Amino acid sequence: MTLDTVELVNSHIANDLDGAFPDLVRDMQHGIYSGVRRMVPSSADAEDITQETFIRAYRALGGYSSDRIRELNLPGWLWTIALNLCRNAARTRSRRPRTVELDRDAFFTGRGPEAEVVEADENRRWSELLEGLPSAQRTAVVLRHVVGLTYQEISVATGRPQGTVKADVHRGITKLQEVLS
Amino acid sequence: MIEENLAELATEAPGTVLPQVLLETDLADGYVPHSGPTGAMFVSFNKRGVSSITLDDDAADFEDRFEIQFGRPVFPVAELPPKLSRGLDKALATKRLGTLQIDWEGMSEFQQAVLRKTAEILPGEVRPYSWIAKEIGNPKAVRAVGTALARNPVPIVVPCHRVVRNDGHLGNYYYGTDVKRAVLEAEGMDVDTLEGLADRGIKLTGSDTTHIFCNPTCRDARRTTKRHTVEFRNESEARRAGYRPCQHCRPAVA
Repeated sequence: MTLDTVELVNSHIANDLDGAFPDLVRDMQHGIYSGVRRMVPSSADAEDITQETFIRAYRALGGYSSDRIRELNLPGWLWTIALNLCRNAARTRSRRPRTVELDRDAFFTGRGPEAEVVEADENRRWSELLEGLPSAQRTAVVLRHVVGLTYQEISVATGRPQGTVKADVHRGITKLQEVLS
Repeated sequence: MIEENLAELATEAPGTVLPQVLLETDLADGYVPHSGPTGAMFVSFNKRGVSSITLDDDAADFEDRFEIQFGRPVFPVAELPPKLSRGLDKALATKRLGTLQIDWEGMSEFQQAVLRKTAEILPGEVRPYSWIAKEIGNPKAVRAVGTALARNPVPIVVPCHRVVRNDGHLGNYYYGTDVKRAVLEAEGMDVDTLEGLADRGIKLTGSDTTHIFCNPTCRDARRTTKRHTVEFRNESEARRAGYRPCQHCRPAVA
């Protein structure tokens, strides 16, 4: 996101949370899901955590002043929630109950079983590679290169200084290269 | 190289993420298909209760029209929340709103008053628009009552089909007069007899033993045998004959 869009999104949310929130989910869901998918074992867990991230974000934003919302680093802030949920998921592996359950048959994913299998193999290979990294490095590498966050956003998300984050990404990539060569 | 591989791991979130989030944050409604007195219908709901009932079976069309009307999306869900499900089944079985929760938000006070009053009309009975207007303390707002009923988002459970023209004829219905007739007949109403009275200009009936006059479909009026039934064209005719209004159906509440 460019600085202009960031300001626009933030002020839109500050002015009209209910009106702007669906667009925020539309824009950010793919990034959150892609990253979370690399940090939890199953796509069902990843979907659950992605949903829960936005649900918690909405509830938190409802209690924030508009000034506070304007100053938020939204991608970084959303990722603090998501990372927390990923950590908790490692401990308790159960689906959060929803007030209402979607009729999932009505939402056909459009992908055939073959594509699913190919994707599953690729997924497993990368999951194993990434799992070989220390968790700080794995998080930094995923957020930087799978999700495409800036170092500043990763720093907000992880609560670690930018310099440390940069070093984590660098060390992680080097380690992956060693394993792959 | 490895960075490119990692970038390729980016994928789209499943299509269920956005709907589930919006349902959970109350920014969208859920809906289920349900059977009703005229066949298939869609029932939508949110945390406040049932938000709409649509006598239709085209899901895509329903979803589009819902979003235009309510300004928020609606998504198919596996089932109604248990409390609403019980309330709806009971409302359909007893043909009375009962304790079924309705989402009244977004309706004007006036429309709420009209619909809540309409919900008091018992199955097998009908009332004219002017009766609703009088009962809610707004006797001149007959036309506005018609508009409020035409925009009833929860037909069947709020029985706008039980409100008829002031002359006693069935009058309009969102789904057409034929559907109105079918729903009334399904609740045991003798529509032909009702229309027959309307054709002859009869708006009230009384009993010559009690000297009480009623709306023709009032359950008290229906207890009167044909031999003792007196017909009136209007309230003053009934009063001149020495009759007083029924306290149950309140045919003259002005």
